[in-house]
Amino acid sequence: MHKVYHRVHNIAGNVINIRAEGVRYRELAEVTSRTGTSLAQVIRLQDDEVSLQVFAGARGVATDAQVRFLGHSMQVPYSEALLGRIFTGAANPRDRGPELAENLIEIGGPSVNPAKRIIPRNMVRTGIPMIDVFNTLVESQKLPIFARAGEPYNPLLARIALQAEVDVIVLGGMGLKHDDYLYFRDTLEESGALSRTVMFVHTASDPIVECLLVPDISLAVAEQFALEGKRVLCLLTDMTSFADAMKEIAITMEQIPSNRGYPGDLYSQLASRYEKAVDFDGAGSITILAATTMPGDDVTHPVPDNTGYITEGQFYLRDGRIEPFGSLSRLKQQVNGDTRDDHRTIMDTLVQLYAAYRETLEKQSMGFRMSDWDEKLLKYGDRFEKEMMDLTVNIPLEGALDLGWQILADCFEPMETGIQSSLIDAFWPRSASQSEASSSAEATEDKTPGKPDEGDAEEDTPAEAEDTEAKPEPETVEA
Amino acid sequence: MTQVQGTIVGVNGNMITVEFEDAVSMNEVGYARLGDLRLMSEIVRIRGKRADLQVFEDTAGLSVGDPVDFTGEMLSVELGPGLLTQVYDGLQNPLPKLAEECGFFLQRGTYLPALPRDTKWIYTPTASVGDTLTAGETLGTVPEGMFEHRIMVPFRLRGSYTVASVAKAGEYTIEDTIATLTDESGDSVEVSMMQRWPVKLPIQAYRERLRPTEPLVTQSRTVDTFFPVARGGTYCVPGPFGAGKTVLQQLTSRYADVDIVVIAACGERAGEVVETLREFPELDDPRTGKSLMDRTVIICNTSSMPVAAREASVYTGVTLASYYRQMGLNVLMLADSTSRWAQALRETSGRLEEIPGEEAFPAYLESVIASFYERGGVVTLKDGTTGSVTIGGTVSPAGGNFDEPVTQGTLKVVGAFHGLSRARSDARRYPAIDPLDSWSKYESVVDNAAVEAGRSVLQRGSEVGQMMKVVGEEGTSQDDFMLYLKSEYLDSTYLQQNAFDPVDSATSAERQQHVFGVISGFLQADLSFKDKTTARSFFHQLTQTTRDWNRAEMESQEFKDIQARLEKMVSEVTVNA
Repeated sequence: MHKVYHRVHNIAGNVINIRAEGVRYRELAEVTSRTGTSLAQVIRLQDDEVSLQVFAGARGVATDAQVRFLGHSMQVPYSEALLGRIFTGAANPRDRGPELAENLIEIGGPSVNPAKRIIPRNMVRTGIPMIDVFNTLVESQKLPIFARAGEPYNPLLARIALQAEVDVIVLGGMGLKHDDYLYFRDTLEESGALSRTVMFVHTASDPIVECLLVPDISLAVAEQFALEGKRVLCLLTDMTSFADAMKEIAITMEQIPSNRGYPGDLYSQLASRYEKAVDFDGAGSITILAATTMPGDDVTHPVPDNTGYITEGQFYLRDGRIEPFGSLSRLKQQVNGDTRDDHRTIMDTLVQLYAAYRETLEKQSMGFRMSDWDEKLLKYGDRFEKEMMDLTVNIPLEGALDLGWQILADCFEPMETGIQSSLIDAFWPRSASQSEASSSAEATEDKTPGKPDEGDAEEDTPAEAEDTEAKPEPETVEA
Repeated sequence: MTQVQGTIVGVNGNMITVEFEDAVSMNEVGYARLGDLRLMSEIVRIRGKRADLQVFEDTAGLSVGDPVDFTGEMLSVELGPGLLTQVYDGLQNPLPKLAEECGFFLQRGTYLPALPRDTKWIYTPTASVGDTLTAGETLGTVPEGMFEHRIMVPFRLRGSYTVASVAKAGEYTIEDTIATLTDESGDSVEVSMMQRWPVKLPIQAYRERLRPTEPLVTQSRTVDTFFPVARGGTYCVPGPFGAGKTVLQQLTSRYADVDIVVIAACGERAGEVVETLREFPELDDPRTGKSLMDRTVIICNTSSMPVAAREASVYTGVTLASYYRQMGLNVLMLADSTSRWAQALRETSGRLEEIPGEEAFPAYLESVIASFYERGGVVTLKDGTTGSVTIGGTVSPAGGNFDEPVTQGTLKVVGAFHGLSRARSDARRYPAIDPLDSWSKYESVVDNAAVEAGRSVLQRGSEVGQMMKVVGEEGTSQDDFMLYLKSEYLDSTYLQQNAFDPVDSATSAERQQHVFGVISGFLQADLSFKDKTTARSFFHQLTQTTRDWNRAEMESQEFKDIQARLEKMVSEVTVNA
């Protein structure tokens, strides 16, 4: 059955055309020419003409190259032996380990029946206050990290990989710089996390087609682990490289581009990957964290824009810190009500005060006189940035909440925070809780927009700096 | 009927090219055979002896030479008792059944009957032998949950028919014959409780279409008072990601004053559908006290499910909605999101290598959108009762910019526009419907003059707000500042609504009339303060008290008390003319 073909009559980009019969759509073939052997996949059939996408690139493929069809589509080995290993985008070992060939599974499988999903309910602890406190990561969530090129999104992913409480980590690297690949490998190895990690890495110098395979391979493996009841964290970096690879192939295939050269099915392509994030009814889960670089820091660029419509929130990484504004975990309400009574209040209060701090900074830069209140905010903002926002901070959720109270206590009077009196009584550090605090806190509490018992579930993007009316607490205090 | 067969000659993504011998028709359904699997597909173009079919499944494994069986039928859905409470995919496969059969994943090529075949329904005939009937007229009824499900003369029958025999009252399955009809030339047709209808054709078995005039109360104050929707009308909700489109639709699906809600989750997150799936059966319908699921049909074709079926899902949804309209019911059809559907059209069009229009959307995008929304409407049925289908679609414009083909194409044909704004959602002003940009052509539940006055306060208040950003509070006159405070007050106490407060989340029309009357009075009052700080703190106080008022049950003593308190507060600072 495995007939060999010898006549390639068209080569454009990474796509070669041959005439063949009985070939199946998406079938794999081995293309051998003088420069070596590569896998290739059928991407179009038209009468007896077969278009193949060569994984290693068409460079060096001769017109008399041997093409042998394998009779199956792209597969990846799956077993416990994958843990601790590093592979290329075509699932070949990158770490000098043995080749794995048993128990092959198909990649890009069917999607999960929505009737077999459950509502996510478990928090994933990361030890990063900006995530745990403000935008809690939830098991089975899909979240991108939006960042400009040059932001430390890879170190952030690596830290999350080290600290997240999950069973298995699958790391898919697309268009990684070789240094970044080594960084991931060494960091995971030093900390011992490599033994629960599988890496599929496509570096920038590898053939572009392999980049397209990385998310599918990573997620197929993740899915198998999840079906065995494991909690899997899948880290993908960088999805913009993946989209660019799709763009490149689409243009070679003479597809009509839709927006900035990206193919019209960009949304569906991204969605079919992100939607692999799942909490199975009766098995494990897949959580996806994906770095998406924003060309020109522009969130309306097609890749971050389409991603935002697919994912359940987003983290903005700016100046090496996770921005509290704009960052959003849509699923945090599912879990942050059950952590500690003060969680939601601290989350809202700290961010509101930080917004006020930003406003004060603006005033300061315009040369306005700083009032006592402004001075307090400046002190607060500085400590907040250093002790909470800094990415090196590593404290568990409870510690971070306590720290939040401590910072508040060091900078403000209880009444100035607008926190309801019952929580002040329970949590305010220094037992000297003033009696006046309760009455004034009561007066302000209802005007605080994000008061937790209002349970604003979907509305968590904190007020932008220019909106004064949304956060009336500074005025109230002055008045 | 001989079956027409064809052979695959090309495969490209979800598009296959098939060579055929005998006659086929446009939009006919064919099944591509892949071993034992049959993959459903639909003809989207015919050129000579070759037809292009879009496949509703993954095409991996298909090969040149594989056979395709044509069915002679367009893509159709099953209509009959048992549709309510179901969760279907875009092709009307019941998803929970599919899960029983295939486990976690949606295996391609598995098609299950949409309606349960073995359920027995209690049938009561209403037509008698000798009656002359036309398509859409009632033969008998079946109780389906809280509704009386009418069994009608199948919509596909043209001309008038005489009832030759009717089944006795009793229990029947949907496949049992419940009547025999004879047409004018004497041929007889057997009718069961189930009929099939092609989704892309509108159901028109009614007497006439009327102008939508009666308001559809959604219990969202911004919508009902300022940008109302009429029963049988159409509206769209465009907004950037994170502005709360889906939450707004979920609220509407819960609280809207209609009989039946059809939700088409089209190309959006699976997680959101799961929430609806898992929560609706537990929630009570505020109108009937029964489970919300009892009045709901969910069509769910999430973003990772096959693209071609996504296009079908909105049509499946609107067909089911129109079917219930034929029973004299008021139906609300919600599509989230129509942009994903338009993108599905774009993908298909791209594969067909059609000449693209704006942003590579096909040139016929606007007419497709228009004909979809035109399937809504309020109609008089042949028995004189009326029924309606209201269509609400969300739009997810790229980059949140409304100047894109899908939003613009939709705005041309809908009766109301609820534009969500990023600025409002960032400021946590929910629902984030922009009060200045949005519009509606329908009648408000509140007196029109008062609404106009309120709108004008918002408009002028926003102008002052803009100005204040430049000249600061000091440079603003007392009068202008007052206007600004009033518009902020109206915004934060009336437009904004807390979706998670049991009382505030849904405001009945009666309550809206009452509350808006009181608030309008405050807005018109001539208030005086010694300076801006006192004015501001007065309005803070007033806002807070009004929010408490919003949280009080309308019948309660608390409600009356707070109202009295509010009126006292305002009268204390009012200048008596």
